[in-house]
Amino acid sequence: MSDFFSSGWSVYIAAFTLAGIVACLLLLWVAARRKVMANDNTTGHVWDEDLRELNNPLPRWWMGLFVLTVVFSLAYLVFYPGLGSYGGTLGWSQRQAYDAEVERLQQQVAPLYARFAGMSAPQLATDGQAMRIGERLFINNCSQCHGSDARGSKGFPDLTDTDWLHGGSHEKIIETITQGRRGVMPPMAAAVGSPEDVRNVAQYVLSLSGSPHNAFAAQVGKAKFSACAACHGVNGKGNQAIGAPDLTDKVWLHGWGEQAVVDAIQRGKDNQMPAHADKLTPEQIRVLAAYVWSLSQSSLAAAKAP
Amino acid sequence: MSSNGKSAVIPITPLHVAAANEPELVSLYEKTAKIYPRAVTGRFARWRWALVWLTQLVFYGAPWLEWNARQAVLFDLASRRFYIFGLVLYPQDFIYLTALLVLSALCLFLFTAVAGRLWCGYACPQTVYTEIFMWFERHIEGDRIARMRLDAAPWQWNKLWRKGAKQGAWVAIGLWTGITFVGYFTPIRELVPAITSFGLGPWESFWVLFYGFATYGNAGYMREQVCKHMCPYARFQSAMFDRDTLVIGYDTQRGEPRGSRPRKVDPRAAGLGDCIDCTLCVQVCPTGIDIRNGLQFECIGCAACIDVCDQVMDKMGYPLGLIRYSTENGIDRGLSNRQMVSRVLRPRVLVYGAILAAVGIAFIVSLASRETFKVDVVRDRGSMARIVADGRVENVYRLQIMNATERAQRYAVSVEGLPGISVVANEPADIGPAQARWVPVRVQLPHESAAPLAGQSNAISFRIQRLADTEHAARSVSEKSTFIVPR
Repeated sequence: MSDFFSSGWSVYIAAFTLAGIVACLLLLWVAARRKVMANDNTTGHVWDEDLRELNNPLPRWWMGLFVLTVVFSLAYLVFYPGLGSYGGTLGWSQRQAYDAEVERLQQQVAPLYARFAGMSAPQLATDGQAMRIGERLFINNCSQCHGSDARGSKGFPDLTDTDWLHGGSHEKIIETITQGRRGVMPPMAAAVGSPEDVRNVAQYVLSLSGSPHNAFAAQVGKAKFSACAACHGVNGKGNQAIGAPDLTDKVWLHGWGEQAVVDAIQRGKDNQMPAHADKLTPEQIRVLAAYVWSLSQSSLAAAKAP
Repeated sequence: MSSNGKSAVIPITPLHVAAANEPELVSLYEKTAKIYPRAVTGRFARWRWALVWLTQLVFYGAPWLEWNARQAVLFDLASRRFYIFGLVLYPQDFIYLTALLVLSALCLFLFTAVAGRLWCGYACPQTVYTEIFMWFERHIEGDRIARMRLDAAPWQWNKLWRKGAKQGAWVAIGLWTGITFVGYFTPIRELVPAITSFGLGPWESFWVLFYGFATYGNAGYMREQVCKHMCPYARFQSAMFDRDTLVIGYDTQRGEPRGSRPRKVDPRAAGLGDCIDCTLCVQVCPTGIDIRNGLQFECIGCAACIDVCDQVMDKMGYPLGLIRYSTENGIDRGLSNRQMVSRVLRPRVLVYGAILAAVGIAFIVSLASRETFKVDVVRDRGSMARIVADGRVENVYRLQIMNATERAQRYAVSVEGLPGISVVANEPADIGPAQARWVPVRVQLPHESAAPLAGQSNAISFRIQRLADTEHAARSVSEKSTFIVPR
């Protein structure tokens, strides 16, 4: 009841509820009796010249049903919340019911996950049950961004290739899922120089992976790449410790071509994956990470293809 | 209710004859008097028992039948598969249940328009279980008079054991009905041993007891009150009645004036009709009405009064059929059976019949031509489209393939609708008997085809083929979807 600053509302609701129940009983009592013409058992009303209303009494148990609903509602109000802020003698709440259900389900699946506890990623990857669980967890929690086939999209990394921003070991993947990741590249235009310099650096970056580029501009841009080398390394191989992408492969997370690279240099990037520590249990994350790990193992992928 | 006139459809009963026409305050509820229907034999009683046996053999027997090494009729709610002999239905097939209910409703309309409350009188579970419960009641407590005496008697050994035995029989039937009902949803061959070893789940226990209690209460105690006060069909059936509908009618012209007389007296000479006013028709009535007051909403059309009145007419040496199946027109105008039959094909009946035939044929054709697998196509919502090597545009889909046969099957997926469109890394999917599986599918469009479609959502269709096996030829179905090309 934190929305209200006095108990007045609670009393108001409780009074209104009880008054409603009393009104129901009153209505029942009043409406159960009716004036009937003594000599012909009709109500004495005549419509359309000869249409009369006959008194055909309902069985008394029918009235009992009405009374039963009133008894039920009173009992309900004693046991469960309903009378203003009164919580009921059972202390039931939606929050508690939800928590209890989650607890119950976790206990149910605990033995399942206990079996996986001692298994390494390669062992999990060959365990059919673990992989089915992993796939479901992936579909429910990861596919929204990475796609249901885990091949990602622009801005969302492909998890089936061997190009890892933060490392592709089972432990690293667990860390990524648990804590989330944030890939930040500051706007580098000022450090690189003029717009011309930026374009030249972009051409150099394209040349690193052997993508189509202007060789002369790339040659000119090479000198300015020193501004990028702090993170991406002198040879552009990237740095998994800080999540700096490898620029020498043909994986273009944020778009391919000069304009995309120029945009990245000028505006920087801030790409974030949310942490899942509070959504999934550590046991679930272990199985899920093994599933993700298995996707990039070409030998396993071939065996697992649908 | 007693009668006060020849043709009054609804009797208007005086409360106090002496009172003047003064308003009086009365309760709109009253304690209902218990009805003690007298046992009845005869043609229509035999029909009812035939239908009791038929419906109950099906109801109690069906869960015990086996088919394909499983229960023949099983509605497996937990895994969402519904088995009816050779059919494996998915929740997606719910339309068939709808069609079945529509068909049942139309049958009810048609039968009611032609012959009144046939369903109520012979086949309705309320009637059938009441009949079974009354059979036990009659054999333990005796017929009408004996039961009335027993109820009035003080609680002594005779009453105690009879009532106890009756309750025992009723509870047993109720519980067995509950177990059978739950047996349609949980394999009954596992359910029955589970009960004896107290291993029943909470929901199963609840439904066994609930359904058992409902049977016991409705057939043992509520009886005609269900028909009079709870059943909606009893009330809306009047919309399907007309003056040529077959109802149970008392021939007023022939029967009145009623009165008792010795068998040898010629009723005409004594100024009497054929009704000897023995009130047997009232005593056998399960809803406690007097059919001689005319057509009443309480009449469930069980024809018990016909059976008993015919026996009386036979004993008296009068022609049978003082109370008989007839139509309102038939009784008023004295139509022969042939004349009444000739009035059956009236517009109302023809319309009901035509709709029933159309829906029935559509139902059967649709069920017979039903594919043994189903596919749902779901586009990936997170990533609409992506560009992959060589500027190819790729969309990702998940296909849920549902195998509605009880053999493992292989399915191949292809796609059509745009030039050069194809499915990547496509291998046939194996899906187990009565299983459903999500299969991820990547679809690619070459750069040349994609370029002119930039920024468009394009209709495509998946073609899913069930591969031929040794016994069955290949079948395929099409499912529509869209392919998005980014700007």
